[in-house]
Amino acid sequence: MKVAVVVFPGTNCEIDTKYAYEKLGQEVTLVFHKEEKLPSDIDLVVLPGGFSYGDYLRSAAIAKFSPIMKDVISFANSGGYVLGICNGFQMLLEMRLLPGAMKRNSNVHFISKYQHLQVIDNNNTFLQKFSVGEILNVPIAHGEGNYFIDEVGLKELYANNQVLLKYVDENGQIDNPNGSIDSIACICNKNKNVFGLMPHPERAIETLLGSSDGVKMLQGFIK
Amino acid sequence: MKIRVNIQLKAGVLDPQGKAVHHALSSLGFNEVADVRVGKQILLDIDESDVTKAKARVTDMCEELLANTVIENYEIEIL
Repeated sequence: MKVAVVVFPGTNCEIDTKYAYEKLGQEVTLVFHKEEKLPSDIDLVVLPGGFSYGDYLRSAAIAKFSPIMKDVISFANSGGYVLGICNGFQMLLEMRLLPGAMKRNSNVHFISKYQHLQVIDNNNTFLQKFSVGEILNVPIAHGEGNYFIDEVGLKELYANNQVLLKYVDENGQIDNPNGSIDSIACICNKNKNVFGLMPHPERAIETLLGSSDGVKMLQGFIK
Repeated sequence: MKIRVNIQLKAGVLDPQGKAVHHALSSLGFNEVADVRVGKQILLDIDESDVTKAKARVTDMCEELLANTVIENYEIEIL
């Protein structure tokens, strides 16, 4: 599989993401945001974590105007797989490739810690290797991860099985670190080819370093 | 022409910053404060003398970049 990881000024998770996919035996290209075209034959585009454009104005508000994004949007609209992690998730929301918006964490602090997540739906490429209800432990690190969507939008997300992960404690009880509506940590679009999550699967690939629960997520896209 | 854009979270969207500031004001003894909403103010200096045209341009700016209309409202004020 060929993976493109897009790098913006202020991105800081591109090397981890590249390392993780290379460790899984995949070919990874870092694509600078000023490029106008993604490399050909790409199977997955990852918008990685970080602080694109210093998160000025709003998180990810400026990244959506980078030259490469036109091609990312057409790639997504033609059914290509796009994964947005943390700042990448915020970009997908700002670009309206995913519904809703991010607000400042409810406690107004930057939160950086391990967080348990529960799989809500596995009928999608990203989480196909998990069972529904499975509990994972994956790091989160964000200041604006307070996911918001209006009531109508929320109903639609549930109706189409687009709510994929929720923040929970180790027993599966809701444990909401950032105030996200319904404790939502990960969603996808209706077509189930665009995925966004605040937790960092690329930082959970070695049991020795705390957790390897991110591996099965990243593997979901590998054919 | 100088233009001020005020951006606020929409009514009904919980404002974490406003809540934190409210809490801080209460602990300082300003107990009469019933609610706090924190927003953004953006000052633009625009090369345009026609008010209608300028407003239309700034509206486009707000829709495209300055505000996230999923959660935010904006007001445009000619100074």
